Amino acid sequence: MVTITHYLVLSAILFTIGVVGVLVRRNAIIIFMCIELMLNAVNLSFVAFAHYLNSMDGQMIVFFTMTVAAAEAAVGLAIIVSVFRNKETVNIDDINIMKW
Amino acid sequence: MEAYIFYIAATVSVIAGIYLVLERNPIYSVLYLILTLVGVAVLYILLEAQFIAAVQIIVYAGAIMILYLFIVMLLNLNIRGGVKDVLSFQRMPSIFMGIFLFFSICTVIKSKLMQGEKGEYSAAYIESVGNTKLIGKLLFTDYLLPFEIASILLFVAAIGVIMVAKRKQ
Repeated sequence: MVTITHYLVLSAILFTIGVVGVLVRRNAIIIFMCIELMLNAVNLSFVAFAHYLNSMDGQMIVFFTMTVAAAEAAVGLAIIVSVFRNKETVNIDDINIMKW
Repeated sequence: MEAYIFYIAATVSVIAGIYLVLERNPIYSVLYLILTLVGVAVLYILLEAQFIAAVQIIVYAGAIMILYLFIVMLLNLNIRGGVKDVLSFQRMPSIFMGIFLFFSICTVIKSKLMQGEKGEYSAAYIESVGNTKLIGKLLFTDYLLPFEIASILLFVAAIGVIMVAKRKQ
């Protein structure tokens, strides 16, 4: 019998993996992918709540979250491409012009 | 039966997520993320959200991840050398912080804050009307304003991507 707690704990595990990935990795593209993983973990908890609380609101929120995630991924990757064109690297330790 | 599918899909998603974080080669990381998204889509079908599962496979794993793959291949990153890491002492504290974050979320899950009152769209009602039809009906009645704003957002994002990634001539 799978209760809502199983889904929420799984969502927490995926979210934590995404958070640790953002903090540990130095490649900008991998960091973006860990952000997508965090978004997916939250989407999973929304759909779990929508199912177990007899609601459709969770699924609508997930619909719009996926839209925003698609737009954000496209714009973020365009920024990475233009940074790479100028500095020849995507290592975030090298993109430090804005330091003091 | 449902428990078997849940545990298999959950294990696949979590292990693919861990490999995503640990893998050196960015193309392998993209493939592991695609595997995670497919695992989450299986869980969506278990939760009787068939439209969201289909959109996840078609849009997320099909379009966004292909975009990532194209960018990784276009940038042609040299991964053979060591990765420069100025803050290499950050690794262990961030793993501890991740474990602490996980236990904080589990504490909230175990508390009684997670109970809400049941809505009116029971699983039987959704099955009688049809999941996609119900989402379509809600998009044009209750959620009309977010729908229009999402269309403007996508339009602005498309223009923004072209302007940012254009070569200066």
